[in-house]
Amino acid sequence: MGSTQESGTEGGVLTESLVVFLIISVVCVAGGLGVVFSRNVIHATFLLLVSLMGVAGIFLLLLAEFLALVQVLIYGGAITIVVLFVIMLTKSDEFESLVDNSQKPLAFLISIGLFVVMTVAAIAADNGNTVRASLKFSDLGHSLFTDWAIPFEVASLVLLVALIGAIVISKQGEEE
Amino acid sequence: MSLVHFQILSAALFSIGLYGVLARRSAVLILLSIELMLNAVNINLIAFSAYTESLASTGQVIAIFVITVAAAEVGLALAIIINLFRSKGSVDIDKIDVMRW
Repeated sequence: MGSTQESGTEGGVLTESLVVFLIISVVCVAGGLGVVFSRNVIHATFLLLVSLMGVAGIFLLLLAEFLALVQVLIYGGAITIVVLFVIMLTKSDEFESLVDNSQKPLAFLISIGLFVVMTVAAIAADNGNTVRASLKFSDLGHSLFTDWAIPFEVASLVLLVALIGAIVISKQGEEE
Repeated sequence: MSLVHFQILSAALFSIGLYGVLARRSAVLILLSIELMLNAVNINLIAFSAYTESLASTGQVIAIFVITVAAAEVGLALAIIINLFRSKGSVDIDKIDVMRW
């Protein structure tokens, strides 16, 4: 394991990292709310990108540099672009009328309830530990290719199958 | 700053994503909400691995797998959405209630 970092003291003192965390959290949650409440699909996609880049910042705060890098590459560079392509390939004037369905109030209640339950559980289980351990790139790679070698190969197979499947499925409709 | 902060942020993002999945009608927007939920899970995984000395690599490796599956899922789901749009002319999930047409 790499170095450990002591951050802040107990008792709710505002440390630098806590301030950074709060700023990034606001960005994440605001982006997420934008995704869910925006009427424009293109706006929702870009707001998802904002939220996911905020998550990359959270990964940096958790001393997971590799994951932050992967997050920016995969979500910023690939997933958002592909979603935008699909929005442009499908008829975009339909999206204006497609807002929310009738179970909206129930969905709102369920979401708020879940959030309250999870927050209460997290606070009840808090042990006040503020020591974070960082992980070196080489340690992560080592554990990926030794302890997790078989799941790693399965994951690559999953990607291959999914990509071939995506090509086959989108070709199928073309012939008709 | 302790684990509980990250857990609350993760819970907030997950709840927002859940609301999106339940309340939206467009298939693309539901997909975006699922991405939000997957990222909330990733925050939790990495936070627990960072605050637990003996788990330092496990959480990050599982988060990598989650990202892999998310990428595969987006590719497949978007192919299905394009196909659905071609044959039905719509991406409204309320209209798509048959498996075969």
